[in-house]
Amino acid sequence: MYQGIRISGFGGQGIISSGILLAYAGMLDGKNVSFFPAYGAEMRGGTANCSVVVSSEEVTTPVVSQPDTVIIMNEPSLAKFEPLLKPGGLMIINSSLVNSRPKRSDIKVVLIPCNEVAAELKAPRIANMAALGCFCRHTGALSVEAVAKAMPKVFKRAKPEMLALNVAALRKGAEFN
Amino acid sequence: MGDKLLMKGNDALSEGAVRAGCRFFAGYPITPQNEVPEYMSWRMPQAGGAFIQAESEVAAINMLYGACATGKRTMTSSSSPGISLKQEGISYCAGADLPIFFANVARGGPGLGNIAGAQGDYFQSVRGGGHGDYRTFVMAPGSVQEMGNFPLHCYEVAEKYRVPAMVLADGVLGQMMEPLEFTFPEVDPQKLREPDWALGASTGRKKRAVRSYALAEGKLEIMTLDRAQRYKQIEEREVMFETRQCDDADLVLVAYGTSARACAAAQKLARAEGLKVGLFRPITLWPFPKKALLELAGRVDSFLVVEMSLGQMIDDVKLAVECSVPVHLHARCAGAIPTGEDIFQQLQAVLKAGKGECICCK
Repeated sequence: MYQGIRISGFGGQGIISSGILLAYAGMLDGKNVSFFPAYGAEMRGGTANCSVVVSSEEVTTPVVSQPDTVIIMNEPSLAKFEPLLKPGGLMIINSSLVNSRPKRSDIKVVLIPCNEVAAELKAPRIANMAALGCFCRHTGALSVEAVAKAMPKVFKRAKPEMLALNVAALRKGAEFN
Repeated sequence: MGDKLLMKGNDALSEGAVRAGCRFFAGYPITPQNEVPEYMSWRMPQAGGAFIQAESEVAAINMLYGACATGKRTMTSSSSPGISLKQEGISYCAGADLPIFFANVARGGPGLGNIAGAQGDYFQSVRGGGHGDYRTFVMAPGSVQEMGNFPLHCYEVAEKYRVPAMVLADGVLGQMMEPLEFTFPEVDPQKLREPDWALGASTGRKKRAVRSYALAEGKLEIMTLDRAQRYKQIEEREVMFETRQCDDADLVLVAYGTSARACAAAQKLARAEGLKVGLFRPITLWPFPKKALLELAGRVDSFLVVEMSLGQMIDDVKLAVECSVPVHLHARCAGAIPTGEDIFQQLQAVLKAGKGECICCK
């Protein structure tokens, strides 16, 4: 089993913390993992993105050049990552903020209104968790439980009620087909 | 000890140095190594050590000269342009036989360049860097685990031979996160034996001096030749490298650090196609694993060197194999990172070309 993932969106959408959370969950789950952020100037207002690998085998390069899954959290990310996705790969699109649709027909697309899911929970900052829940459901690479278990390890200063909301968003996200 | 941690390379490097007994850190911020001084700023006081954000890189390296002269384990770090600034001080430490430890989390250059990971500082690291006739022990980690482990090894080698030692990483290794475990016993600096050259409060012993100059006729040559003996010992005893599936290989990829990770991806693709591709990863860049490569050259058709530079380590590979087989290059530079797919494409072409003549002798 090997999952190379790219997560991309605006700085502030929790792109980097989502990546760290997936890597941590994979590690707790006994998998080999890596996380690599795109760092620097492009984080400010532009597109932030990161690479995550979750694998039962050794992780070779941490820079995922041909992802199995891309999570597209904002409009500019679609154009940037659509060409990189592997044929047959999975594209999770935050339909709350992304109006365009991919042109490729050799990929699987799942639309999920992440911001609406978060707004329903009255926690607009956790739209990223909905996307991760959706990722768990459609890849099977990690379970929602594994990600939930990693949460207090990664968000060390988060209050219990905030963690509970995050888990709720994960579960909601896992309902989208 | 023994817990699996998910850490950034820069944090692992810092924690590894603290656990290796480092109690003095001086540095100046620069991306992509900023996590090192950030980590040390709280970790050093916690461990009973000293952290100083110096006014410049030049100040930091000279503070290290002073701190290391007392015989303690010290560290500074920076990224490419900052390491260039430190070179004068590193040369002074080499001349004074001071076993300082420093890290370069390298970025794209020359000049201010960019903040992406790169390997363009190879020549600077293994060929001296500063002025004068000296060598630095250079280790190239290939994972976050090695980022955490190598500071201890650097201190041990540096102190044994009284030479500066460095970790040459890059922005990818500094910024990425991977699981690691600290399995080596934590070093208590209080329990380390004080070196017989260390300066400190005089206790009636013979006067000591730590300096890099010797004006009396012939004296500097004697000092330099003595150091050369130690360099020779390092070359004989301290070489480290890793091989993967080289036994049956027709073609061997040669790469270090982040490039070696990309090569491992390419090797996987190649082996899946039944292509006999090996991977040779130098872990010490100086001393360079010359003998092992020459020995390998007798059994393979060709080498493909992969670097995140215009091609620097390839010179050492060519010197090592003495033009016995072709040595090809796959180079990405200025902060670009090679992909497994691109290397796989090129290695297919190289395999097709077969053994042939040495490229530089043609």
